[in-house]
Amino acid sequence: MKTIQELESLCTQIRRDILRMVHTNNSGHPGGSLGCTEFLTTLYFNHLNHNTKFDMDGINEDLFFLSNGHISPVLYSVLARSGYFDIKELATFRKIDSRLQGHPTTHEKLEGIRVATGSLGQGLSVAIGAALTKKLNNDKQLIYSLHGDGELQEGQIWEAVMYASANKVDNLIATVDYNKKQIDGEIDDVLPMGNLRAKFEAFDWLVLEEKNGNDLESVSNILSEAKKQSRNNKPIVILLHTEMGNGVDFMMGTHKWHGNAPNDEQLEIALSQNTETLGDY
Amino acid sequence: MEMKDTRSGFGAGLTELGKTNSKVVALCADLTGSLKMNEFQNNHPERFFQVGIAEANMMGIAAGMTIGGKIPFTGTFANFSTSRVYDQIRQSIAYSNKNVKICASHAGVTLGEDGATHQVLEDIGMMKMLPHMTVINPCDFNQTKAATLAIAEHMGPVYLRFGRPKVPNFTDANQIFEIGKAINLKDGNDVSILATGHLVWEALEAAKILNELNINAEIINIHTIKPLDKDAVIKSVSKTRCVVTAEEHMLNGGLGDSIAQLLSREMPLPLEMVGVNDTFGESGTPRQLMEKYGLTSNDIVNAVKKVILRK
Repeated sequence: MKTIQELESLCTQIRRDILRMVHTNNSGHPGGSLGCTEFLTTLYFNHLNHNTKFDMDGINEDLFFLSNGHISPVLYSVLARSGYFDIKELATFRKIDSRLQGHPTTHEKLEGIRVATGSLGQGLSVAIGAALTKKLNNDKQLIYSLHGDGELQEGQIWEAVMYASANKVDNLIATVDYNKKQIDGEIDDVLPMGNLRAKFEAFDWLVLEEKNGNDLESVSNILSEAKKQSRNNKPIVILLHTEMGNGVDFMMGTHKWHGNAPNDEQLEIALSQNTETLGDY
Repeated sequence: MEMKDTRSGFGAGLTELGKTNSKVVALCADLTGSLKMNEFQNNHPERFFQVGIAEANMMGIAAGMTIGGKIPFTGTFANFSTSRVYDQIRQSIAYSNKNVKICASHAGVTLGEDGATHQVLEDIGMMKMLPHMTVINPCDFNQTKAATLAIAEHMGPVYLRFGRPKVPNFTDANQIFEIGKAINLKDGNDVSILATGHLVWEALEAAKILNELNINAEIINIHTIKPLDKDAVIKSVSKTRCVVTAEEHMLNGGLGDSIAQLLSREMPLPLEMVGVNDTFGESGTPRQLMEKYGLTSNDIVNAVKKVILRK
């Protein structure tokens, strides 16, 4: 169990990893990665019951599925810093012959990845499948998933949402990265999603909401609450309000950094706001 | 000759698997009766998952269920098993190399009266293009049952294609199905007829007509389109020196396309293809449609006559 100070230190280092990974290739998705750093760090270091000696079947482990695969930089950094693979491998992100593909995949057998994601809207169905198998196996551990808010525009998500409540998939905790932005701009300008809470409630999910999705203590509390409420006949969704680009002042408050990498000068400024804590890769 | 539908062969195979393999789970998108999955559902309600009319979700759930060791069999019509969910299969199943068995009924024009919206003729092409995917198209009830049992033992994604109409059930009830191993049904020296699915029976009928014309055809059942049994094809063709392919599928992307690629690379020899030529199907009885779209034994005979002249 990490203290809040230790988690903060990890988050700062992970933000550096994300920035350096996308900068090296001049490609990748820093905005959502930075916005979900606190969530994934808290989940992996303090909540998931997992084994970094990777086994695909994950029997008697909690499993996590990243449905919005484009925020792979934060997942790769969190996995490496959890001990799934050497942090040196982060330097290969998006390069030829790398296991760290632009979007996560099982194809290169990277430890910690259980399904390919990137084409949006598919991860919730996969998570439900894994949750059903856990039930068949009488495995009491939980399934976690993360989705972009823009990703909820995909129809498959709502097929899955409908299925999960109808079939009481209550060993599933889905989180929505609710930053209200997507590539083309504000969600409200692209395709307004209306009242997400009401939508999930109408589909008979238990909805938890956290307004401070970049605050470590708040994230930890909402994850604990979700776990407590699990196995009670309803799937759970956490609407996690986050700030895209969190931790880098010029990347916050805009959708511009969804899929753009910083240049040399911008990287330097961004890194100066996140000084090295645990050692760069 | 006993007449039976290949989909019932799938149902019988699934029922048997339910009893013999506790890892097997079945998912269906509101077509349990059409896919003949009722018996499995009744015997093992805890291992049967009705997902409703939501095929994309079904493919994703199937992919997820493999994590933890289950062997999911999905069931819906071939059209909704492929074109409707191509990206879900591509990313969550094929690229992720998940042990999902995509079981697809009502393939081709012999679905009949429902018409072109439901008569997929492109599915073999779509599925064979996906890396990791095995593509199987058995010819009758017995072979479909045997194939259903065999794919449960195969690790990796499989597309199993079968159909709706009752057709002659002529292969051995106790056959062992070997994935990727073509079956020689009749020796011959004048032409190799390579057929798959419902067209295997038509090829055997064609061989009788050809015999009366003093043409001795070799008939090979290519039940596995991918991986293709190249050795069996080359061995036959090196003897007969010409080929006719026959399938209830679009010429583009089907068995004929795979054979054309193989021959042009390794043994360029005359080839004629029996299949649907760049058109959609329509409503009608299965037999009427096979005749209209050129998928009968007579069409195979005509193709043979043509290809022999090109030798």
